[in-house]
Amino acid sequence: MALQVDGVTVRYGDLTAVSGVDLSVADGEVLALLGPSGCGKSTLLRAVAGLERPTAGAVRWDGRDLADVPVHRREFGLVFQDGQLFPHRDVAGNVAFGLRMRGTAKGEQAARVAELLDLVGLGGYQRRRVTELSGGEQQRVALARALAPHPRLLLLDEPLSALDRALRDQLAVDLADLLRRTATTALLVTHDHDEAFTLADRVAVMSAGRLLQVGRPAEVWRRPASEEVARFLGCTSVVPGRVEDGVVSCALGGAPVDGDVPAGPVRVGLRATALRVAAEQEAGAITAEVVQRVHRREHARLLVRVPEVGTVEATAPVATAPEPGASVRLALDPDGLALLPV
Amino acid sequence: MAQDGARLRRPRVRPATLALAGAAAVPLGFLAVFFAWPVAAIVGIGLRSTGRGPGVLDLLTSAETWSLVGFTLGQAAAATVLALLAGMPVAFLLARCAVPLRGLARVLVTMPFVLPTVVVGMAFRTLFVGSGDGSVLAIVLANGFFNVAVVARTVGGLWAHTDRRAEDAARALGASRWRAFTSVVLPSLAPAIASAAAVVFLFCATSFGVVLVLGAARYRTLETEIYLRTVQLLDLRGAAALSLVQLVAVVAALVLGARARRRHETALRLRRATETARRPRGGEWAVVAVAVCVIALLMVPIVGLVVRSLSTVDGWGLAGYRALLGSGQHDTLGGVSGVDAAVNSLRTAFDATLLAMALGVLASVVLSRLPRRNPRVAGAMDAALMLPLGVSAVTVGFGYLVTMDALPGDFRTSPLLVPFAQALVATPLVVRTVLPVLRAVDDRLRQAAATLGAGPLRVWREVDLPLVGRALLAAAGFAYVVALGEFGATSFLARPDAPTLPVAIARLISRPGELNNQMAYAACALLLVVTATVVLLVERARVAEVGEF
Amino acid sequence: MRRSVLGRTVLGRWARVGGLVATVALAAGCSLVGGGDSGQGGERKVVLVTHNSFNPPKELLEDFQKRTGVKLEVRASGDGGALTNQLVLTKANPLGDVAFGVDSTFASRALEEGVFQPYRGPEADKGPQRYAPQGNQDRLTAVDVGDVCLNVDTGWFQQRGVAEPRTLDDLTQPQYKDLLVAEDPATSSPGLAFLLATVAKYGENGYADYWKRLRDNGLKVTSGWEEAYNQDFTAGSGKGQRPVVVSYASSPAFTIGDDGKPRTKALLDTCYRQVEYAGVLAGAKNVDDARKVVDFLVSPEFQAKVAESMYVYPAREGVALPASWQQAAPLPERSAELPADEVRAGRERWVEQWRKTVRG
Repeated sequence: MALQVDGVTVRYGDLTAVSGVDLSVADGEVLALLGPSGCGKSTLLRAVAGLERPTAGAVRWDGRDLADVPVHRREFGLVFQDGQLFPHRDVAGNVAFGLRMRGTAKGEQAARVAELLDLVGLGGYQRRRVTELSGGEQQRVALARALAPHPRLLLLDEPLSALDRALRDQLAVDLADLLRRTATTALLVTHDHDEAFTLADRVAVMSAGRLLQVGRPAEVWRRPASEEVARFLGCTSVVPGRVEDGVVSCALGGAPVDGDVPAGPVRVGLRATALRVAAEQEAGAITAEVVQRVHRREHARLLVRVPEVGTVEATAPVATAPEPGASVRLALDPDGLALLPV
Repeated sequence: MAQDGARLRRPRVRPATLALAGAAAVPLGFLAVFFAWPVAAIVGIGLRSTGRGPGVLDLLTSAETWSLVGFTLGQAAAATVLALLAGMPVAFLLARCAVPLRGLARVLVTMPFVLPTVVVGMAFRTLFVGSGDGSVLAIVLANGFFNVAVVARTVGGLWAHTDRRAEDAARALGASRWRAFTSVVLPSLAPAIASAAAVVFLFCATSFGVVLVLGAARYRTLETEIYLRTVQLLDLRGAAALSLVQLVAVVAALVLGARARRRHETALRLRRATETARRPRGGEWAVVAVAVCVIALLMVPIVGLVVRSLSTVDGWGLAGYRALLGSGQHDTLGGVSGVDAAVNSLRTAFDATLLAMALGVLASVVLSRLPRRNPRVAGAMDAALMLPLGVSAVTVGFGYLVTMDALPGDFRTSPLLVPFAQALVATPLVVRTVLPVLRAVDDRLRQAAATLGAGPLRVWREVDLPLVGRALLAAAGFAYVVALGEFGATSFLARPDAPTLPVAIARLISRPGELNNQMAYAACALLLVVTATVVLLVERARVAEVGEF
Repeated sequence: MRRSVLGRTVLGRWARVGGLVATVALAAGCSLVGGGDSGQGGERKVVLVTHNSFNPPKELLEDFQKRTGVKLEVRASGDGGALTNQLVLTKANPLGDVAFGVDSTFASRALEEGVFQPYRGPEADKGPQRYAPQGNQDRLTAVDVGDVCLNVDTGWFQQRGVAEPRTLDDLTQPQYKDLLVAEDPATSSPGLAFLLATVAKYGENGYADYWKRLRDNGLKVTSGWEEAYNQDFTAGSGKGQRPVVVSYASSPAFTIGDDGKPRTKALLDTCYRQVEYAGVLAGAKNVDDARKVVDFLVSPEFQAKVAESMYVYPAREGVALPASWQQAAPLPERSAELPADEVRAGRERWVEQWRKTVRG
């Protein structure tokens, strides 16, 4: 057990930013702290880094309380949202910084800098000024800088959120690959679940300073522990349902569930993709009235009125999307569902 | 383990907090011993004394006192506005424009600052007063003249490091150049502008020589009145009452200034100075032209002085300069030559600068780390450091007399008092130059360095120092120049066998004899040369020592 | 790589900052102490407190040391007024053993406060005591006298064929309109002396009226002697517009041109006399040697040098003035004077009245 957070609370005056959080990150594991902005996840990260002092509780590494270990002796790497590269040093100067602090030999520094720049895809960038780099390049340098001194733990504070969408997706994949290859233990803070699920081995969902659920991404995605978690993870509606023989059924129809779900009452969380226009003669389809239609890149999104349930979202193929006012038959898609405890 | 986790940990005093307190104790301790104590002692003696002259309450409630306060603050405010208006274009020129002779401009702008006030007063007297007597306009102009350098340096120091892109972005969004300036540039410079304004205001509110010479008995300020009561009328009680009024007025001005400053101090993206300067474009040339005009106007009294130093009874000549090797007509300087005085000046100012830098940088570091959690403490400490600028030199000087004998070795007559008193005046300028830049450094840069293994000192060396290096050197140069020019306290404390140049100049012009006069003006020219040399050296050191930034 | 986290503490680091600061402070001291004359231990020393116009030739002070075996240390700052105030403020723990430079304008304050202890040296009767303050001849010894008089630019009057003014009254005449520049008595020592001259001449009830007439006749006022003499006076270095100025009786000695003739002259009927005193400080650590210093200040050797080094006249009788003084700046014989306690009582009121009259 590498990092352990025990009942950590951080208060600023009357405001409690983090409230009694317990958490652990195993060696080589990547844990994502996921939550809306202002939920206290960054504060928790800063407490782990040693930049905030917990009001109560302890941060431990290998069982040892870090309360008396100042930031610079924790050997945790930190990557900020906007890089925070040293503007007065070039790329190599930034990457080598941690190595210099540890007194690594010059030659070794240069080799390690080159190695890391290759790793982040910026080979040969050593002498470039950091102020001339693009946002994505700056984040790569920041990552290389944090990784260079072999940190025990890498802390990533919204590392991709300052970048534009396409770059973010690409860098997320690169980053995931890099973390796995280097077997880095990491704690990632993000508000973007795509990013969390791409990068993390486990996800911890936070809200209002508290930890709501910790689990593997697929588990958290499919079995949110509460409606709050479900809604944060994209469920727009929650309806009552029942599981019987590996099938969940509700007012909108039925769908197979994967995994081992005990029979009994559940609540069903519906994401935007939970309902799709049913194939002809598909069994178990329900009928609804289209209220609104919006074209998206890959499909059309419908707002439909279902008798006795209300207004819900559904998807349709772009080519055959029905007009508003039309009547449409819909079926449940198991990938768009989440099962919540009652 | 569980018990450990459950234990509610009161926020203990962290080592960093202790270190901060320790670092704060040095400048505050110095301030307490060499400023607060003497001033409190002399004011206390004054208030307790039962001499003749008006009572404290009578003085505090008299209309005359309040018209003094009004005139003091009014002329200071006017001069501050003038210095800001004239200084901003110059700051722009120095910070933003890659034009030839910029280094020369930087040197020229600094020159007025070191000139003895009496000499400048006399120069302005010939220029503006002529045959009349007493001119408010001349007082305001002369005080403005001295302080353009403060604005140009303080504001220019930050301006040189602020990112150009925000302003370019505003321009791209359709803002006019002026609009981009007022909506993007001005707010980011606000802390430095407020800093400069506070310093200039204090300098002007306590300006002595200028008011005396140009006010010609008609216009008086609190400062001249305190001097008059202390030295001439021996009315310590009246002086103490007026000192209190001065103190209150100064503190009020400081609090207002600090409030304005705090609203605007934010982290900026700091950049290399060489990256932010470029060739002026379009309308910027107009600003450059204004700056050049300002500098030209600043040179008028200076050129006058130089011309005066070269004109003798029999036309042009170097008699005054030759006289610098001696001690004046009839040995006016008592065996001390003009050159000796210059050397004294350089040494004393060097000591004062070292001290002021040590105190000012420590104070700036503390102040830059404090405010997020403790705006009040930071505000109080900031104001305390500025106070020496707002209190009469004669009050401090007499305060030394009644307190310093308690220090080991009867410190009243120690030669160290001169650089100490000069450091007292120079330290606030160091703080005002360094602090805005230090506060503009994003704290997360420091945190990034800390997570990479840099301890507090190393963070300072690796992050703060390079980023504020330029400002530090500017501050050192500025402190040196301030110490060189300091007259009020120095003239009171300097020993007769070790006068500084300004003290020697004042002594020379207060004696009859044509040669003494020429020598005084030649000494002014020497002072200018010394100043220019120092500023130039600092400019060079910037490139050599701080390297990358 | 896993270095002990308990090694050096943060505090240790900061202690080194403190050390650095202390070193810098020390360096600051060193650079100064290196230049200062640190007193060698074991040597007998007497400290003279004075104003910054005290400026005798170095050899004189060395002679004193040779003759008496006592090192004379001079501590000077400020003008005569500042000196008096310093002495009063530090009387409990005086800055030195003996003081020189308290003048007749300030003497009664110093005496009232008990700054001086009794001493009347054997040299005192060689003339100096004719100037000593009444009733305090055994505490203060007169060292020199300085007269403030109107100075005129003789060439200016000659060129225009106008007779030079001779008396204070003359200056209120129309032919001398716009010719006088005087200093503010509140901020200038000669300015004050000149005000006292008018009080002495016209009395408490008449001086204000005289100043009103001066004002109406185009008086110009400056804050200091420097502006009046150097900038406004026609014979000063600034070649100003006014040929009559309030200055010192000795000033003409400094205007002797290449032709050997003075360009200015003092109006000897307009003078006011100020006397500068020396005395042993109450609480002096070294009373014996302090007395020797007082004797030294009125010794013929020292008195012979006061004219050239301090621009004043020797108090001792029979001391020759320098040749240039004999020619251009003889000692005025009919100077006005006011008793010290009268000056002390009336001064602030007179200055205030002057302000109202001239500035009002």
